[in-house]
Parts: sequence; C-alpha cells; structure tokens
Amino acid sequence: MALSLLTPMFKVERDEELCIQCKVCMRQCVNGVHWYDEEEDRMRCDHKKCVGCHRCVVLCPTGALTVKKYPLEFRENAHWTLDYIRSIYLQAETGGILLTGMGNDRPYPVYWDHMVLNASQVTNPSIDPLREPMELKTYLGRKPKAVEIKNGKLAEKLPPQLELDVPIMFSAMSFGSISLNAVKSLAQAARETGTFFNTGEGGLHRDLYEYGANTIVQVASGRFGVDPDYLKAGAGIEIKIGQGAKPGIGGHLPGEKVGPEVSATRMIPLGSDAISPAPHHDIYSIEDLRQLIFSLKEATNYEKPVGVKIAAVHNVAAIASGIARAGADFVAIDGFRGGTGAAPLRTRDNVGIPIEFALAAVDERLRREGIRNEVSIVVGGSIRNSADVVKAIALGADAVYIGTAALIALGCHLCQKCNTGKCNWGIATQDPYLVKRLNPEIGARRAANLIRAWAHEIKELLGGMGINAIESLRGNRLMLRGIGLNEKELSILGIKAAGE
Amino acid sequence: MGNFCEYLPSGCAISGIINKKGKRFNGERILESIAVMHERSNGLGGGFAAYGIYPEFKDHYALHVFYDSEKARTDTEQLLQERFHVDESGPVPTRPVRAITRPPLIWRYFVQVKPQQKEKQIFSVEADDYLVATVMEINEKIPGAFVVSSGKNMGVFKGVGYPEDIGEFYRIDEYQGYIWTAHGRFPTNTPGWWGGAHPFTLLDWSVVHNGEISSYGANKRFLEMFGYCCTLQTDTEVITYVFDFLVRKQGLPLELAVKVVAAPLWSEIELLDPEQKELLTTLRAVYGNLLLNGPFSIILATGREILALNDRIKLRPLTAAEKGDELYVASEEAAIRKICPHPDRVWMPDGGEPVIGRLQECIEKETTESAELA
Amino acid sequence: MKKVYVREEYCIGCHLCEVYCVMAHSRYPHDLLKAFKKGDPLPLPRLWVEEKGPLTFAFQCRHCEEPHCVSACITGALQKDTTTGVVTCEQERCVGCWTCVLACTYGAIRRDTKNGKMVKCDLCSNWGEPPACVYYCPNEALIFVERGE
Ligand code: SF4
Ligand code: SF4
Ligand code: SF4
Repeated sequence: MALSLLTPMFKVERDEELCIQCKVCMRQCVNGVHWYDEEEDRMRCDHKKCVGCHRCVVLCPTGALTVKKYPLEFRENAHWTLDYIRSIYLQAETGGILLTGMGNDRPYPVYWDHMVLNASQVTNPSIDPLREPMELKTYLGRKPKAVEIKNGKLAEKLPPQLELDVPIMFSAMSFGSISLNAVKSLAQAARETGTFFNTGEGGLHRDLYEYGANTIVQVASGRFGVDPDYLKAGAGIEIKIGQGAKPGIGGHLPGEKVGPEVSATRMIPLGSDAISPAPHHDIYSIEDLRQLIFSLKEATNYEKPVGVKIAAVHNVAAIASGIARAGADFVAIDGFRGGTGAAPLRTRDNVGIPIEFALAAVDERLRREGIRNEVSIVVGGSIRNSADVVKAIALGADAVYIGTAALIALGCHLCQKCNTGKCNWGIATQDPYLVKRLNPEIGARRAANLIRAWAHEIKELLGGMGINAIESLRGNRLMLRGIGLNEKELSILGIKAAGE
Repeated sequence: MGNFCEYLPSGCAISGIINKKGKRFNGERILESIAVMHERSNGLGGGFAAYGIYPEFKDHYALHVFYDSEKARTDTEQLLQERFHVDESGPVPTRPVRAITRPPLIWRYFVQVKPQQKEKQIFSVEADDYLVATVMEINEKIPGAFVVSSGKNMGVFKGVGYPEDIGEFYRIDEYQGYIWTAHGRFPTNTPGWWGGAHPFTLLDWSVVHNGEISSYGANKRFLEMFGYCCTLQTDTEVITYVFDFLVRKQGLPLELAVKVVAAPLWSEIELLDPEQKELLTTLRAVYGNLLLNGPFSIILATGREILALNDRIKLRPLTAAEKGDELYVASEEAAIRKICPHPDRVWMPDGGEPVIGRLQECIEKETTESAELA
Repeated sequence: MKKVYVREEYCIGCHLCEVYCVMAHSRYPHDLLKAFKKGDPLPLPRLWVEEKGPLTFAFQCRHCEEPHCVSACITGALQKDTTTGVVTCEQERCVGCWTCVLACTYGAIRRDTKNGKMVKCDLCSNWGEPPACVYYCPNEALIFVERGE
C-alpha cells in the first residue's frame, strides 16, 4: 500500500500522572485513536486518526487528556496554507470531490461583529426586564394589506400564522443527517419554549407526530417522507429550494445511513441512497414555484402558512421578492455560513453571500416594493448568540433559524465530520452505538435552556434600548451602527457608522 | 436607503381643550394653561394648534407656511398656483415680541383643488392625498420652505421660544376655536429651527408630544413603505403619520388605532373574550411595527375630536379633567386648574388608556349612520 | 424503596459507573485520582457494564424484596436492612463460601478472591445519595428512583 502523505491534524496528549487507565477514552473514540497496551500497562494513541471532536477529553474522568493542533509546521507560505496543501494530498490519494460537514469556516468578515447596538441614556428610560413586561411574541405568516373592520369587528380572519414565543426557531435538519435523538431533543425543546423545529427533508418520524404543533414540515426536491399526513401534521410548511452551505446543490444521504427507521420515515427502500436533486424537477421558474405553494396550501386546506427557503446568493433580493409575490407566507434565507450534514468543500466555502447583506438587501427590496409587511422573513446560517439575533431583527428579520448553535447546545464540537456518520456526540450519525450518546431528555433540556438564556439576553438588550416589544426592533436599523465598514457596506446594510 | 432623519429627544409640556358642543373660545385660555408649565420647557420651542378658527374658509385647505427666503416663497406660490385655486393668501399676522428673534416669513393660503384635478380625484380622500403629496413635495424639494399645517378650518402657530411668547407673537388671543392644543418644548439639543417645534400636522391631524419614541426607526421604515417621508428631525412627525396611516389610509376607527400605537400586552390580550382577543391579536400581528415604544404622552387633534394617550407602561405624565361640555388634558393638573379651577372630574389615565373628547355633532352623526346601516 | 435503574437506550458503555463505584468504595471515596493511584489493592466495582453489539447497560444488585442471597448466607453476614431495604453484607462475618453467589438469580454478586469476600452493591449507603454510579453517569442512563413494582 502506498504511503499516505497526510500528517496528523491533532495531537492527543495524555498526562500519565493523571491517567488511571480506565479506558473510557478508548471506548468513546469511535475513530479508534486510543488503545490499551497490555504489556506496557498504559494507554497509547494514534494521533493521525483524531478529528478533534473532544469526546475523549470531555469524558476522561481525571482530565488527563488534551487535544492540540499538531505542531508540525510547513515552511511558512501565505498562499499555500496547510488546508490547501492537505486537500491536494487527499485528492491525489482519492481522486474525489472533497466532502465536509458543518458550515463555511473560512475567515470571511463576520458582519455581525461589525455592528453595535444602541442603548438609552437619560431622555428615554431603559427598561428593566425583571420588573417590566418585555414581549418577544412574533407571528410569522402572511399579513393582509389592511385589517378590515366592520362595525368594530374583524371583517376578515388573519391568514394562518406561526406563533412564536421567542423569535428563534431550530432550522431544518433532517432525520438521516442527524440522529432521531437529536431531532427529538429539538422537537421537545421547541415545544417547551414555544417555538418550532423543522423536519428538513427527512420526513417526520412516527414518534414525532406528537410534536406537530411545533413542527415545520419541509418539502424538498427529493420529496422524501411527503404524504398528506405529513403535510397536515406540521403547523407550517417550508419548501426548500436551497441551503446556505451548498447553494445550487442537492443532497445525498448514503445508503448506509438509510436504516429501517430512516427508510420508513423517508418512505424509501432500506439501504438505498437518498438523493435530493439540485433543483426541484417540477420547479424551473417562479410560476412553477407559485403552483407548488398553492398545491401545498390546497392540500392543507389553506390552514398552514407555506414558506420558501433559499440560499443567500447574489440576486437574493429579487428572488425573495418573486417568492413573496408567488404567494409564500414567509421567506427563509440561509446565509453562506449555514451548516450541513454533508457538502462539497469547495461549494461550502465559496458559494453564496453573507446573511447580513442578504437580509439587508431583501428587507430593503421588499420595503421599496411596499410588501415587506405582508410576508415574514426568517434568516439563518450564522447566528451564534443572542446579540446576533437582535442585530438580525434590527436589520429586518422577523425571526431567526439556528442550526449549528442548536447542535452545539446538544454537544457538537464542530469537528466537521458530520458527513462521515461517525459523530462521536451522537448527533450526525445513525450508528445505534453512537446515537444513544445523545439522551434526548438531556438534549431537550440543553436546547431549551439555550433558547431561554437567549430570550433573557434579548430582553435585556431590548430593555437597554428602551423598547419592550420585539416588533419595535424589527427593521429598526437606527439601533445599529457600523464599525470598520466602508461606505458601500454601510449603505448595503442601511446603517450609519458608529459616531454618526 | 433614503436619507436618515435624526430624532431629537425632548422632555416637554402639553395641554389641550375641546368644547364638545363645538362652541368656540378664545386662544387666551390655552395660553394661560401652557404658561403654568413654564418649567417643563426651555424656550427652544412652543406652539399651538387651533380648530374652528377659519369658519369663513371652512371648505378650503388652510396652508400655514414658513419661508427662509423670498425665493422659497415665490417657488412655493408658483407650485400652489399650478395645482390649486388659491382663493386668499397673505402673511400670518404677528406682533413683535422681545423674546422672539429672527422669525421666518410666515404666510397662509386658503386653497381648493382645481376642478380638472377634481375630475381625476373623484373622492375627497384622493383630494386629501393630492394635497399631502404636494405638502411632502414642498417640504422636501423647495429649500427654505416648510408647510406648518394644511388642514381645513384649522391652523398651527409655532416657533422657537417659550409657548407664552409664541402665543403673544402670533396674536392667538385674536382667534376663536373649539379645539386648542399647546406645546412647550425642552429639546436636549438645540437646532433652533422653527419647523422643529410642535404641533406637527398632516391635513387635519395635529400632534403635540412629550417623550421619545424608541421604536422610531421601526415606525419610520414602516411608514416609508407607504410613501410617507420623514423629513423632520423628530419622532412627533412619525406619530402624526402613524395616525394618518391607520385612520385615514387603513380605515381603522380611532379607538382601534390607539390599540395599535399603545398595544395591550400579550398577557392582557390573552385574557380577553375570544372575539376581542382575535381582533387585538390581528392588529398587533399586522401593525406591530407601528407600536409606539418608549415614553410618551401625546395629544392628537382632528377637526372632530381630541385624543390624549400615554405609552402603555405610562412613563410620561398625563392628567385629564371634565367640566360641562369641556374636556381638558395636560401634562400637569395645575395646567388644568389654572383655567378650570373646579372641574367636575379629574383623573390620571392609565398607560395605553386613551382619553377621547369628540364633538357631539360627530357622535350624533355616527349614531344615525350606524342606525341607517343596521 | 429507591433503587438504581438503567435505561439501556441511553447507556453509552463508557464504564464510568464502574470507575466511580471503585472510587466510592476505596480508601479515598471522594478523590478519584488517589483512589486509583494509591488505593492498591483497588476494590472491585460493585456493578458492571454488560455489552453486546450496540447494546450496553450497567448492572447491579436489585435489592430484592425477598432476597435469596440473604436466606442462603450461612453466617448471617447478608441482611436486608429493615428500614432502608438495602441488602447489605457485614464484611467481617463474610467467610467467602460463595453460597450467595450461587443463590442470586441475577448474578449480581461478585467474588473478591484477593480478600476472600463477596462484594455487591450497597447503594453507596456510606457514600451519599444518589449512589456514585448514578451521580457520575454522564448520560443520565442510570437513575435512582422509586418505582412501584
Ligand atoms: S477523535 Fe475525538 S474522541 Fe477520538 S481522540 Fe480525537 S478528540 Fe478524542
Ligand atoms: S479516559 Fe482518561 S483516565 Fe481513562 S484511560 Fe483515557 S486518558 Fe486515562
Ligand atoms: S455534529 Fe458531530 S460530526 Fe458534526 S461537527 Fe458536530 S460533533 Fe462533529
């Protein structure tokens, strides 16, 4: 066998003083890094296999382990960095497309970090959320041009809406790309915190029908798991056109991940590859999309809001406007940092635009067309904390989707090996031995805690601005100032520079 | 993005009176009331809105306009001549007052929409829109011109100074009206611009306001979608437009418009009967962006009524009183007692709880109308 | 009575319960490192993890209502505590005859051949509540609850 030129990425260091040879690390690392050397009576390891997921580090009862970046240095080269050199070794070995998991990790600017928020001083009091009411309730869905009142009464009902207690939802992650325990955790957390999780294109497992009131069911190009019961089970429907991590690309769940449960839920044969085509083959234009939107509405008796999810690409504003006019009740936009269970590395890292720009452009465009209030905007693909949420809403979003952040709450350590199916944290895997590592009770508690913690922080920030309802923040770009942005960036974001 | 307008935070005094029988009374009374609250303003802005003062031109739009220069005046007048019948025009009468320095040119015009325009604009609503569009155009496009008020049978008198000096300057003791509102301003910075004083108006709407709207950016961007341009440096303008939008454009009754700008809390909505709950949920879900968030008390006047309102958690003062046919509202009780020492009833409205005083003829008309409908 | 139950669907087979069981019954019941580094000879764990394929679960004494081990014990070392219900062994009286090992239908008793004594789960009666295995189970697969049986 020819020698692989790949050198290790990580170095696993074991403090022998602390190691008690309990072998927990050995059992927990599905990559087979650790083993027990009987003869030497000590633990040993193979650095090369380590992916840096920290499972062993966290589980080691004595704290004997650390995982470090492998100290091997190439000759310094600003152009040929480690990643690019390694990619070539790998492709020279395999001749294949590079695959990866999670979101774009390249050092593009993070515009959230170039925006700061306002607070009240003297002339309008800031509000203490512990003493005063602070409202985060948000309704997603189509709003009429005007509320018709006849004789003091509502003349026409509000179209169906998703009622959110907090403007944060769990973004689409299919059962298949993540484990059933992970989906269960999110479903339960969504119910506890009054928000929604999204099935992704994985169908709805029978155990999850009970969470219907907190479910957005997705209809994607593969149409996996879609039948009348599925459509009716959710509170809302989302047509997935694209995803921030891989705009323009479909999905591929390899057959080995299609076990009995996934197969039943997706309604596909056991062990068959689940391939979502790049486009919907019945949507080649906006008119076709309109048809699908209304077919789904028809199929669900016009009782559920139907949204459309797209990836943030160059022309996102015009596309979003078309979607709004095609009858979508909400538009979900996924930025180029959005995560994925598997994507071609080059697509993930080079296609799409930052969500901050996409959001600003879409909101502004819909306003210029006078239809912003009729349709809701949800953004995802980069939200890391409550301040990002607040900034997104100030830029113009109604609510945000969190995917990566939610998985981190469940234990994800961003090792980006989701595509391998060997997630040591029991999240991005179907291996029963690994899946049970995520106890959905704990997962639900952690995910719900995250939402609650962020809700508290959002209230805190709103109070500081002297606002006691989230709708007064929506699109309120005067609450934002830019730092370290050029004129063009400021104008696209529609914000002033700090100090202005 | 259009040009941003800044808001200038301010603390202020407000006062308002309506005679519900429509009996007109002299401007001296409102002057006395607002003067009591001298401490609440700092001499950087004061003004009055008066309704019923031009009975002889009651079907004309009365335009009060500030000019910085003769050129601004001739440009504006040319535009007005093109679009309207200007049936009467001239400077607004003033008297010299020591404290009032460097006023702009202040003119008024009584205009009607030209017949050929009328054909295009069949309904008076559309005539209103036409006028609004012209007002916005003058304010935005003609440098040095600013339309202070544009309603029918009403006018606004305002400027830089203490309200009592402004009243003196405009000779408001020479006008008779059935609704008067007044404002004394305490801006936290000093633009010293006459147009920046209160009241703000659009057609018959006028607003005086004490407070600051933290939701300004959200409100403004929402209104911009519907063609309102917020050119002024204050959130009071936004309040005016919010009411104009909700009541005139969207056709909401004033009582429900109030439920939008000072929306009840979701927890309160939850407790209502199902029909009310659905109504208020719909209003909040649809018009959430028009919630006025932040501390405020406002007095809004139309030709038919006045409305006094606090923000929903009452962060600014507001008192109301009644005696006979008259309803009084003011920042402080003293301002009411000064002109009405023994009211029948005095109360402090709750946050978000509107005080509405409506002309009786309007109420009667509405009841007959709804009777006919039924 | 409160007992330790395993939810095998969440047992990840890490064996940390065993590790902490050893600690709790060592000379350093609250210091894992010293327990292992200086505790020679190490006590045996009172529970252990059974594994087959992806199925793993920790297993220990059920503290039966009518314990066969107690009836079988030839010295009376094994007793069911009348107040707590815990089946305990008085170590001094254990002679290492292994009768209890044979009697236990679950196979929950182990032989400590070094000391010539039996060992079994004592629900950490001297350690604290919940027992160490439950306390340290990283996935809450072990629970310490009252279940009407
Ligand atoms: S892959 Fe994860 S569990 Fe395995 S050695 Fe590396 S960090 Fe530890
Ligand atoms: S988990 Fe820690 S203590 Fe146990 S064998 Fe591994 S390194 Fe040693
Ligand atoms: S989900 Fe699992 S595999 Fe994917 S990045 Fe996170 S820890 Fe790694």
